[in-house]
Amino acid sequence: MTSVLVLRAPGTNCDRETAFAFERAGANAECQHVNRLLEKPRLLDDFQILCLPGGFSYGDDLGSGKILANQIRHHLADAIREFRERDKLILGICNGFQILVKSGLLFDDEPGGTPTATLDWNGSARFEDRWVQLSVMGERCVFLRGIQSLYLPVAHGEGRFAPRDEKALCEILDDQRAALRYAARREVGHFEAAGNAVLAPAAGGESKLSFGGELPFPDNPNGSAANIAGVCDRSGRVFGLMPHPERYIDRTQHPRWTRGGGSDPGDGQQIFKNAVEYFG
Amino acid sequence: MLWEIDIRPAAGQVDRGAAQAAAAAEELGYGAGLKISAARGFLIEGEFSREQIDRLANELFVDRIVETAAVAPAGDDILDACAGSQATPTYVLPKPGVMDPAAQSALAAIQDFELTATAVRTFRKYWIEGVGASDWKSFCGKVLANDAIEQVIVGKLPFRQIELGSAYQFSRITVPIRELDEGGLKRLSREGQLYLQPAEMQTIQSHFRDLGRDPTDAELETLAQTWSEHCSHKTLGGRVAYRGPEGEEQRFESLLKETIFAATRQIRRELGEADWCVSVFEDNAGIVRFDEEHNLVFKVETHNHPSALEPYGGANTGLGGVIRDPLGTGLGAKPVCNTDVFCFAPPDRPAESLPPGVLHPKRVMRQVVAGVRDYGNRMGIPTVNGALYFDERYLGNPLVYCGTVGILPRDKSRKQPRVGDHIVALGGRTGRDGIHGATFSSAELTSESESLSGGAVQIGNAITEKMLLDVVLAARDRDLFNAITDCGAGGFSSAVGEMGERIGAEVWLDRAPLKYEGLSYTEIWISEAQERMVLSVSPAQWPELERLCRSEGVEATIIGRFSPTSRLQLFYGGEMVADLPMEFLHNGRPPVVREAVYQPAAETPIAWPVDAPVDNNQALLAILGSLNVASKEWVIRQYDHEVQGGSVIKPLVGAANDGPSDAAVVRPRLESRRGLVVSCGMNPRYGDWDTRHMAASAIDEAVRNCVAVGADPSRIAILDNFCWGDCERPETLGALVRAALACREMAVSLGTPFISGKDSLNNEFRYVDSSGSPQTIAIPPSLLISALGQVADVAKCVSMDLKAAGNLLYLVGETKDELGGSHLTMVQGLAGGAVPKVDPARAKETFQAIFRAIDGGWVQACHDLSEGGLAVAAAEMAFAGGLGAKIYLAQAPHNVDLAAYGERSETIDPILLFSESNSRFLCEVRPGDVGHFEAALGDVPHAAVGEVHGGGRLQIVDFHADNPDHTIDLEIETLRAAWKAPLAW
Repeated sequence: MTSVLVLRAPGTNCDRETAFAFERAGANAECQHVNRLLEKPRLLDDFQILCLPGGFSYGDDLGSGKILANQIRHHLADAIREFRERDKLILGICNGFQILVKSGLLFDDEPGGTPTATLDWNGSARFEDRWVQLSVMGERCVFLRGIQSLYLPVAHGEGRFAPRDEKALCEILDDQRAALRYAARREVGHFEAAGNAVLAPAAGGESKLSFGGELPFPDNPNGSAANIAGVCDRSGRVFGLMPHPERYIDRTQHPRWTRGGGSDPGDGQQIFKNAVEYFG
Repeated sequence: MLWEIDIRPAAGQVDRGAAQAAAAAEELGYGAGLKISAARGFLIEGEFSREQIDRLANELFVDRIVETAAVAPAGDDILDACAGSQATPTYVLPKPGVMDPAAQSALAAIQDFELTATAVRTFRKYWIEGVGASDWKSFCGKVLANDAIEQVIVGKLPFRQIELGSAYQFSRITVPIRELDEGGLKRLSREGQLYLQPAEMQTIQSHFRDLGRDPTDAELETLAQTWSEHCSHKTLGGRVAYRGPEGEEQRFESLLKETIFAATRQIRRELGEADWCVSVFEDNAGIVRFDEEHNLVFKVETHNHPSALEPYGGANTGLGGVIRDPLGTGLGAKPVCNTDVFCFAPPDRPAESLPPGVLHPKRVMRQVVAGVRDYGNRMGIPTVNGALYFDERYLGNPLVYCGTVGILPRDKSRKQPRVGDHIVALGGRTGRDGIHGATFSSAELTSESESLSGGAVQIGNAITEKMLLDVVLAARDRDLFNAITDCGAGGFSSAVGEMGERIGAEVWLDRAPLKYEGLSYTEIWISEAQERMVLSVSPAQWPELERLCRSEGVEATIIGRFSPTSRLQLFYGGEMVADLPMEFLHNGRPPVVREAVYQPAAETPIAWPVDAPVDNNQALLAILGSLNVASKEWVIRQYDHEVQGGSVIKPLVGAANDGPSDAAVVRPRLESRRGLVVSCGMNPRYGDWDTRHMAASAIDEAVRNCVAVGADPSRIAILDNFCWGDCERPETLGALVRAALACREMAVSLGTPFISGKDSLNNEFRYVDSSGSPQTIAIPPSLLISALGQVADVAKCVSMDLKAAGNLLYLVGETKDELGGSHLTMVQGLAGGAVPKVDPARAKETFQAIFRAIDGGWVQACHDLSEGGLAVAAAEMAFAGGLGAKIYLAQAPHNVDLAAYGERSETIDPILLFSESNSRFLCEVRPGDVGHFEAALGDVPHAAVGEVHGGGRLQIVDFHADNPDHTIDLEIETLRAAWKAPLAW
């Protein structure tokens, strides 16, 4: 059976439901405190999937995910890189995505150098919980195989994907690593419809940082560059996303299930299923 | 060395700190010519090389993609300048001792770099141009900082190290009380912030006269905390002599026991074997059965006075405090959802009209919402339900109700400290914050409260509490303690005093872990520092508990022992500093005897305008756009209402996810289909007519909101939260007695037990106006009823949004001529009218009938009728569903005396449209289900009053059958826009 380590830290708060979603996908999921991993990094050997769930690790007091990201950078980077090289999977959801970006794991940033990207405060400058339409781009991401569109909730204050510069963004887009994008709703009353395809990444040379291609709020709920909601690494086996797939695995979690909306299982379940099925 | 790191937005990034300050300034009338730049920053004390501090700045503190930093020793000239501004910098820092969570986190995070800082402090920094010298002080106090917790420094920082408090020199302090005369006792009570009654001071005096010694300060403080209104509920628990409207006299030995508790006792007796209450009015929260393995617990608290002075911190710690109630119930319940209800003065009030010492209501509202948001979201507890009420009388005394539902294994529902158990302090450290919170909250607020009681105001640290929560639940499941309670008002003094009431306790105060040096033994004892719990742990359990806590990074410390002395004994470094018999502490308080009298306002007919009949279209839009009714989406979306994954019916529902749900439904166990339902009811306006009908209506509203989504009315439990004015006035207390009697009657008739509650009295604000005369603003009687319902299978729940064209609309329940206190009379400026009453027997039948219909699957949408009556309910259902509707008033079941109005439809229409009669629902039914639906309703008054259309208009045909016409005819988008406008901030 595929085994999943759901890593929690002080302030992590989506660990239980994330473990539950993995279990429903057929995995064996364990929630462990980061202190256990710091004491014994080889603990990772027991698992095939590492998941960093949502929450406010260490209160996000120095910026979202920053403190846990630094702990990983200083004490766990080698162990986690080795984990990744052994054909295993890493998933970061919401705060977990922030940690993956800020620890340098997702972009293989040099310590001390300027990072490739960050997740900054929402354009609205406040925390918001709302459902968004999402489109999958490319086929690189293992977690998104076979998925075209998703309808999931976001719940965050710091989710605006901001690349270092245009070159960094182009590389991410050209590598098909910006695997998940915020998409346009169709019309009021027909949200259930499958997600629309977003504009294809603009051809090279044209400024992608001009925000010309960004959807307006609330379709793009935080003002992310190129409507980026989730990013994978080059291998496609490390994936971080702002939306919460674990919050839509049951039809009654859908905001309009009382009007016939939603499905069983919910859209989010397939992400966990893909991860588990990757190991046969 | 003290280093300063200033963090500013990088080029091209938004200056959020400046934008926030500018918005606050504009609201307060400082807008013109203002230029603000802002930074956030850290002061870091430690021996760092330049390279080390730069590395910390770059890798830990600054997000280099969107921010830039200036790093220098504090006082360095380069820290003064800000590109593009000529201004001198202004620093805003938390006052020493005020909780600074980011500083705490930074201190720990620096260690990950194998570096050590000795202290860290955060600050905000502004460069401001365009504020005149005469306005500067008030600008700082109103826009930049809150004097209660923050200090403002203009120019270079005047210090080069961070003060951490100095060592405490022990000396045992006694208070010479035996010699005091009446005036002396009074003075001691007031100046010592004990806020005890003269009779109570005399009882304490004679206790110590009998002992032949004076009390220590710790003994006096312990008595004051334990006997405070906040902790002992002496008014509601005490004797009351009441005279009602007909001159009927009634004497209560204990008002609460004979009204609220009595109702529950009677209901439980009648249920016999089927009783589903587990523990009521004894533990920190009420406990009821949920499923075969689990119970639910529910508690709602208020945090009004701290929120008046420091709205962010007050609301923050209000929610933090109530979360610890379920956690401290039984052997620790897991919190599964929150509900938050706030009362404010209207936010559009001109700043210059505010009395002295009052924060602007818009600022209060913004910060209260932010305080609840930041704590609840970090705790990972979904905030799923709530309400906002606005009334001028909440100026200076806003109300902040916070509630939490928890789930508890059935075999963990009882606690029992044992003789010889360790007293263990768990969680946050003790500091000087929150001294005198319990006694302060029992006094009135005045325009000077801010300077007098600043210490009672606190900021929370949610992550400390989340760690505490994680460790308590793990320890519970491994049986590592025998009893638990939270440190709330009164701190250790209340927690240990309550837990050891039947055994006796000795506490070694010098062992309590402190945030900083310098606290006296009394300060340690009564500090209300947040995020702490007290556990009773046997010596056999202790080693494993200690190991568990260490593994999670949570501090656990033995601070005493439950010893079979029947006394509360405090020690500091081996010296005894208090020795009180538990009996005197808990039962020695002289009973408060209060006079109460009540006379409801006389009922007068509405003075309908003769020449200009009500324009019902305009009236409907005005009610939808009134603050109480308007969309609360701005608030709701800032709360994470879906964390934990159990969300079934969200606070916003419908085709565009923006309709107002009646109640929230949550699945607390992801592997089960069983759901819990949370809703509330409150209507302070009705209290101006008669608090009896206000209370009955609040209960009816809370229960009908629950029932409207599918809750089983035979399994609904309710909580009472009385927020009242000064109950030493017999009229004010009389209004409360009248409400409490109505609570008993309603609860018994409906079979709906009260399981917990809380009161907050003395909600009045005193100040001196510009002409020098003293003024008092008393809040209106404000009874919040919170309901906790259950559904066996969440798939049967319904939402309030219309589902499909062609369906029928049924009005269930009778409409009466009840516009007194209604929103129609409010928006039209009409006086008089009869306040809505409740027929409890009819209400019960109606709730059961609605449940039968929903449970049978015969209802597509259901919405309760409340503020604004039928017209508002129909409008909300229509725009939430994105569908139109046509309704015929002539079909509505009613008992309006038509003869009295001579059948003039210009008067009958607004009554049928806007009357707020209780126990009514509007239901959407498929044509094929009509037979089943009507059968389910039985004898309950109901009628098909219209149908759902695809056309996008709400049309209501007037009552006058001879000449039918649309008395309401509006686009649903017009209705939606009116409803969304006021609070779309």
